[in-house]
Amino acid sequence: MTPPTQPRRLRRLAAATALVLALSACANGGTPASDGDASPGTGTGGATSDVQVAFLPKNLGNPYFDTSSTGGREAVAEIGGTFSEVGPATAAPDAQVSYINTLTQQQVDAIVVSANDPAAICGALNDAKTIGIKVVTFDSDTNPECRDLFVNQATAEGIAKVQVDMIAEQIGDEGEIAILSAAANATNQNTWIEMMTEELAASHPNITLVETVYGNDDDQTSFDRTAGLLQSHPNLKGIVSPTTVGIAAAARYLSTSQYKGQVAITGLGTPNQMREYVADGTVTEFALWNPEDLGYLSAYAANALASDEITGAEGDTFTAGRLGEFTVEADNTVLLGEPYRFNADNIDDFDF
Amino acid sequence: MSTASTAVTSVAHGTATTRTSLLRRLLLSREAGIALAFLLVVGVTTARNPLFLFSPDGFRDLLLTPSILVVVAVGQAVVIITRNVDLSVGSIVGLTAYLTGTLFTTTALPIPVVMLAGVVFGALLGAVNGALVALGRVPAMVITLGTLYAFRGINVAWTGSSRINASDLPPAFLGMGTHQLWGLPVLTLIALVVLGSVGWYLANTRPGREFYAIGSAPDAAGLYGLPARRRVFTAFVLSGALSGLGGVLYAARYGTVSSQAGFGFELQAIGAAVIGGVAIVGGVGTVLGAAIGAFLLLTISRALPVLGIPDLWQQALVGALIIGAIVLDRVLAQRQTRRLSEGRADA
Repeated sequence: MTPPTQPRRLRRLAAATALVLALSACANGGTPASDGDASPGTGTGGATSDVQVAFLPKNLGNPYFDTSSTGGREAVAEIGGTFSEVGPATAAPDAQVSYINTLTQQQVDAIVVSANDPAAICGALNDAKTIGIKVVTFDSDTNPECRDLFVNQATAEGIAKVQVDMIAEQIGDEGEIAILSAAANATNQNTWIEMMTEELAASHPNITLVETVYGNDDDQTSFDRTAGLLQSHPNLKGIVSPTTVGIAAAARYLSTSQYKGQVAITGLGTPNQMREYVADGTVTEFALWNPEDLGYLSAYAANALASDEITGAEGDTFTAGRLGEFTVEADNTVLLGEPYRFNADNIDDFDF
Repeated sequence: MSTASTAVTSVAHGTATTRTSLLRRLLLSREAGIALAFLLVVGVTTARNPLFLFSPDGFRDLLLTPSILVVVAVGQAVVIITRNVDLSVGSIVGLTAYLTGTLFTTTALPIPVVMLAGVVFGALLGAVNGALVALGRVPAMVITLGTLYAFRGINVAWTGSSRINASDLPPAFLGMGTHQLWGLPVLTLIALVVLGSVGWYLANTRPGREFYAIGSAPDAAGLYGLPARRRVFTAFVLSGALSGLGGVLYAARYGTVSSQAGFGFELQAIGAAVIGGVAIVGGVGTVLGAAIGAFLLLTISRALPVLGIPDLWQQALVGALIIGAIVLDRVLAQRQTRRLSEGRADA
């Protein structure tokens, strides 16, 4: 498991350089939408002007987390606090520990983290909590006792349902479909696939799921698996790919294939990756949550905790700027909402 | 062992061969065996599912999918023939693929200039490897393991917060990744040109033959006065340039380039060369073999899902194939040694 010493050191070097680059990128400022009202923190607590919020994504150099950090930066600017972002270059299980320790020494007010491993960073996070730092997880949770609040981008049920709804709409609610997943042992993928299977059986009896294949989030493998699906199932009507790499590769393959227009592709994708294929008609609609809103909400949640507006207990409510009011649900969780559908009408409003 | 197996290739250039034994040798050659295995895979899969070959997509993919790997594996084969190895090719592919995308998004350079820039950039990265290995006299395995991580690290640092998407690339360039000319995909034609020219160079020119001499007996080559350092340097530059070309083609084919593009390509390229009969100890093999090895390797991984073999078994089968190729190599070499010593006893 443990990589040899030299690569590791080099990887760390790469991490450091990536970090410098990402930080300098931050200095340029993002492109805040800023269409919300100018009176942030309308809850009971009001705005704390000097709150320090540190974002710690799974890894840097990841457009998804860059977008969530853009939202976080926007929210912190509205609150009037200080935003910072740190993180490892690769999403290794324990890679975030040293960053958490550094943030603890710096005594920031809140850490907003997307966990690479539910348990590996718990010790470091608990150290942070003992000195009063508020810990908010987003996108990927830790064990519940290691954080104050989890901002959930979407429930597994919501993700499974939106994908089933989309494919059903696109193929006329009947026919054969297949799933192109990431790795065979990816927990979230497998949870979604299981729920999609249940949802199909319950609400769409005329749709048959004929096969699930694994593209390992690799372009070439995903290409080959898509080709394999189209060849092995001549009656295939649609492919669902709940992974951003998979759906882009499948769409790229299909866009120049003899099956273009006959087979629908949908799933979870990002607007920038899918723009070309929506424009050329290969893809009608796909979904994802809005990572910018996710980062924005997480930053507001962190501020609400740091300013003692909420404790993170079930039933607590706080206002998150332009997104409105949110209520803490069971297990100290806040839900962003339903997954967001991207299509030809709205895709150009997004850039991530 | 390596000197014995050198004899296997050198007989193909022997002068005292009759027409029949030449044909026999051709049929018994490693390349023919691998080509036969390739045809067998295609045949069996097509029998199971005719669409694998007899559909526009199927035929195109058969030729198109291995094309990028062929280009990279040809460069890798040249390096391995000199008794070195280039582990950094995957990282070079990733870095040049990203450079290609960046040039298209930030400049208005015409497509051929961007492609050339990718090749030159790859050659520069290869020159770093070549200089360290040939001048520094450090084992290539160590140097290129270092540059594998270093180049990837630079890639992650440079790519940072972005990614190249299909919508960033000119349609004509993306079209190159899938279009066909005279019934053959453009990428395959490029791969064939690369294969033909490098293969001709290795087989028919004096410097080309020196690659084999250096790989089979470095010390003897040095004593004989061959410019070993220069040839090894050239091999790495060539491997870098071809990986650079591979990176350009990667961008054209996949349209999406993240900092992980080309990850693991080095092992596929080495695998293709080894399966194709390029001995890992140097001095033996042809780039044609490596190219057919690339076709076999990627066609098998495309055929296995069509044949209904579960995903989880597919990598294991590819591994078995590589081990099988090496065992075959060893057996053939030993048989050749025995035959040669018997021949000597008779004389």
